[in-house]
Amino acid sequence: MTDQAKTGLSRAVPGFAGGRIIARLRTHTIIVLILLLAVFVAGIEAARPGTVTRTWLSNMVLFAAPLGIMAGGQTLVMLTGGIDLSVASVATASAYLMGTHSTLGGVIAVLYGLSVGLSVGLINGVGIALLRVQPLVMTLGTGLMTEGMLVVYSQKVMAEGPHVPQFIEDLGAGKYLGVVPNDLFLWAPIAVLIIFVLRRTGYGRLLYAIGDNSEACHLSGIRVWRVLFVNYVVCGLLAAAAGLVIVGGVDAADLSLADIYLLPSVAAVIIGGTSIFGGRGGYSGTIVGALILTVLNSILTLLDAPEPIRQILYGVIILLLAAAYTRLTG
Amino acid sequence: MSEAPLLLEVRDLAKRFGSVVALKAAALQVRPGDVHGLMGANGAGISTLVKLITGVFPADSGQILVKGAARTFRSPAEARQAGIVSVYQDPALVPDLTVAQNMRLAGASIEAVRKWLGELGVDNLDFSDIVRELPYPTLRLIDLARALASEPAMLLLDEITASLPADLSERIYAMVKRWRGRGHAVIFISHRMAEISALCDRATVLRDGVTVGVTERAHGSEDRIVALMLGADPATVAAAVSSTVTSHRVPRDAEPALEVRGLRRGPLLNDVSFKLYPGEVLGVAALEGQGQEELFDCIAGSRRYDEGAIFARGRELKLRHPADAIRAGLVLVPANRLLALLQQRSIRENISLPAFGGLRDWGLIGVRKERARVASAVARLQIDTRASSELRQLSGGNQQKVVIARWLASGFNTLLCFDPTRGIDIGTKRQIYALVRELAAAGSAVLLFTSELPEIALACDRAIVLFGGRVVAEMPAADADEASLLRAAHGLAPQLLAAS
Amino acid sequence: MNAPAESGSAAMSLAAAPSSKSWGAQFRRAMRRHPSLFGMPALLIASLALTVLIHPQFSDFDLQSLAMGALPLAFAAAAQTVVVISGGIDLSIGSAMAVANVLAASMMEGRGFGESLALAVLVLTIGAAIGAVNGLLVVLSRVPDVIATLTTGSIWGGVALLILEKPGGGAPQEFLNLGAGTLFTTWLPTALILLAVSVSAIWLPLRRSKLGLQFYAIGSDRIAAFRSGVNVERTRVAAYIFSGLFSAIGGLGLTMTTGIGAPLAGVYYTLSGLAAVVVGGVSLAGGRGGMVGPILAAFVLTLIPTDLIFLNIDPNFGQVIQGVLIVAIVMIGGFVTLARAQK
Repeated sequence: MTDQAKTGLSRAVPGFAGGRIIARLRTHTIIVLILLLAVFVAGIEAARPGTVTRTWLSNMVLFAAPLGIMAGGQTLVMLTGGIDLSVASVATASAYLMGTHSTLGGVIAVLYGLSVGLSVGLINGVGIALLRVQPLVMTLGTGLMTEGMLVVYSQKVMAEGPHVPQFIEDLGAGKYLGVVPNDLFLWAPIAVLIIFVLRRTGYGRLLYAIGDNSEACHLSGIRVWRVLFVNYVVCGLLAAAAGLVIVGGVDAADLSLADIYLLPSVAAVIIGGTSIFGGRGGYSGTIVGALILTVLNSILTLLDAPEPIRQILYGVIILLLAAAYTRLTG
Repeated sequence: MSEAPLLLEVRDLAKRFGSVVALKAAALQVRPGDVHGLMGANGAGISTLVKLITGVFPADSGQILVKGAARTFRSPAEARQAGIVSVYQDPALVPDLTVAQNMRLAGASIEAVRKWLGELGVDNLDFSDIVRELPYPTLRLIDLARALASEPAMLLLDEITASLPADLSERIYAMVKRWRGRGHAVIFISHRMAEISALCDRATVLRDGVTVGVTERAHGSEDRIVALMLGADPATVAAAVSSTVTSHRVPRDAEPALEVRGLRRGPLLNDVSFKLYPGEVLGVAALEGQGQEELFDCIAGSRRYDEGAIFARGRELKLRHPADAIRAGLVLVPANRLLALLQQRSIRENISLPAFGGLRDWGLIGVRKERARVASAVARLQIDTRASSELRQLSGGNQQKVVIARWLASGFNTLLCFDPTRGIDIGTKRQIYALVRELAAAGSAVLLFTSELPEIALACDRAIVLFGGRVVAEMPAADADEASLLRAAHGLAPQLLAAS
Repeated sequence: MNAPAESGSAAMSLAAAPSSKSWGAQFRRAMRRHPSLFGMPALLIASLALTVLIHPQFSDFDLQSLAMGALPLAFAAAAQTVVVISGGIDLSIGSAMAVANVLAASMMEGRGFGESLALAVLVLTIGAAIGAVNGLLVVLSRVPDVIATLTTGSIWGGVALLILEKPGGGAPQEFLNLGAGTLFTTWLPTALILLAVSVSAIWLPLRRSKLGLQFYAIGSDRIAAFRSGVNVERTRVAAYIFSGLFSAIGGLGLTMTTGIGAPLAGVYYTLSGLAAVVVGGVSLAGGRGGMVGPILAAFVLTLIPTDLIFLNIDPNFGQVIQGVLIVAIVMIGGFVTLARAQK
């Protein structure tokens, strides 16, 4: 029905012609994404020969991992047609909370961190799944709430300041054998799990179904709220986990630690092929999307341009990618 | 017959969307004073043709000639200026604005609209009412009045009487006849054969994007139209009709598959009681808004009722969620396919959806078992799965079959069909009647509401009539001709007639 | 066929109510249709009363601070309201405000009053242009507006940083006084006048115009609007242009009330503006609502940190309370809708 609203303006902009290649690309968009990634990497090497080394590649994965984990939760949520704008605040808060409890031992500290994700996820779940509040507004509110509470909390504990436990640092910044990033050992199992759940389990099926048409699910006897509730909790936990990895890489729990991850977490999902309206997409695309965004960031850093220019370029390119993607998949 | 200049002519019109060819070679000739029917199966290209004529998008090739001059419309506004106006099933009215604001939005004169509403029998409409708060039939009439107010030479009515009560449909027929008398023309699109034969002088039939024939109104033209639509021989079609009706005797001492006692809900459902036995198809006939929707929703578990009881196989049910009804073997095929189907997902996912209702089902999917179940349902219903990576690529009729296939695959005792053939092409309609009879013969019970009264006799063993939220009549299929049903549906019980 | 019962329910159900309504019925209908019109002022008065209760020495100066503090947020809310009514959302409002703010502060530094006014007009034009770009991008790229404006927000934020790396700049005192002074009496802050005049001047005629009707139409039902002849795409772009315009005024307001330009100032306003819209009773689905609710909500939201300061509570709790307020309001709203649907 969307052709109906297409009038003058957008007809003036030439779209892709129909064709077999395009049609095939539509169903196997991951190929396009991997190609794009390859193009970016090749581009860097061409522009600055010698950049693409084993170290550089492993750094890309290292930096992409927390984004990938956060975008994993976002993927699950966006598949149901929702969105979670609280992921950045949750990540920051979880890192901070872990840092201030690091004296209690590594495991306890991590549990404290994850508890932030659990609590916010529960609140989001109650609002969105039970009370049918719009996800945008709800997660916006919980995000603001979490951020605010963090500020207040940080002032209370200002004296000590957070301390990052050693093993978190290893997780976030270290590499196994100097090549394989440690956080990949966290990301890879999560990725496998998410992909498996989405493709082979009833839960995954239900995510797609609810995203496509939750009313149809209701009429078929599905208790939609249960699935959504669990989903937002999982998203919160993943965001918290991402925060723990981020802080390991940075080694200083700062109050705006994860802010810069919010837009990319959504962008990675969109670029990866999941429709914001839900019902379509998957995590493998998101993984490539996260890698693309990380490489993009690296390109912009290498360009040595001032921060504002980089920010602008980053936004423009994401917009172009999202636009190309939307047109490609109609 | 005088050859009046053609008001509208379409020659060889073609349109494709990406790799999908919607229209190959459509042709149409409409003269002033014509009431011209446009018929075709779902996917034949009718809606595309309408959109091309009314300027929603441009054609790839071919010509549209208005009064002999070739025109290309770049927007519905341009088509409207050329005198071509269409009225769709969904009223083009913005829900949160008032009627007056809607008129202003479209640039329609409120006085003219009020006058035409009067002609359609709506006299005291408050134009400052918000559209959302008005009943649906009223909105249709407002939409029609607005179209008429612009005095179009060419009026396109797309399924305008769908789900309208019979008396309102009558008013629209009268208006159509009057309209043609002014030298204008009407293109009438409908899936109801009775309407087309009653109203239209001639009918153009489309099949697979091509105009396959134009029939004049004459005896036997109905079968000819169906034959053209299906690409079949008229004789076989005529034979197929009579074979759909089979008499069926129900052993009355069997336990009812479904029993409803004293069901009451809100203002619309007042006191409904009936029994439905296994192996029978019970038809429900009613005018718009007599409580049938509430009845079905309550039995299917998607709405709560205030009073009364529902029994499935003798056991009283506590229905709080559709899952409860499904577990008791009561499954719903709703009128609006869009409500029931996952448009972007595959046929398989659509059919196996109910299998994931419980927490236990969140785990690993048994792929082989699922595939087997789905395949058998697809085969049984003869669903055309050719272009099937996404459900929305199927035709309307096939989509409706997927809904039924879902329940075949998951198992049920009683099938609740709410207007299952609404907006479906004739060929698929017949298949669905046949299927319903087959299911009953195999032992299921079927409750069938239809807004098309002739279907009752075709598909059902017995019929009940709802009026004012109550059952006012019950009759065997043999007595359920259109006239008797209509009378009862208007609240005229046979006894009253006999007395007068 | 014309038996007595025939005309029964079918004909009667055609009209919703008799055409002449009593004043009482009309008033009740207005209340039903525009709940925020009646609820928000009450909430604001209650909040003000609470504030005065907490801080009996509430002075004209406090009122001025309140007005100046709420001014930018009110404009952010106004900008968001226009887009939300037309069925969209704009997550770049704060960044647009920042651009206007730093542009004004950097250009107006050391200039005369007359020049500053001319520059203000320039900034407003640029704001509208930013809105137009937003709108065109959203419409042409066909990327959903959430993503598109999230991205353009990042872009405009970069632009603001380009113009002014660090907070700085200034403006002539007379210009600042437009937003930071009082008029006629010390109890009437110019900020309030500025807000009232600019919003009314733009919104009132817009609301009555055909374009305004088209905003509501596409927000309510895009397809019905299209079929009624509305050029949906052009209307959407127009909505974003007005959003840009209000954001620019908000940015100028920031300049007036803070006296400088700060490239990162806008971050807060995007989400808080949206919060004000939600709290102000405008449905995110579009097609309904007006300006009054969100603007009053902006004042209520600004009162919160103020009250906290008066109560000697850490003002950082302000953000917490704002977040909790949004969450609580939408959850209660969701609950009420759910309860009503059960009937």
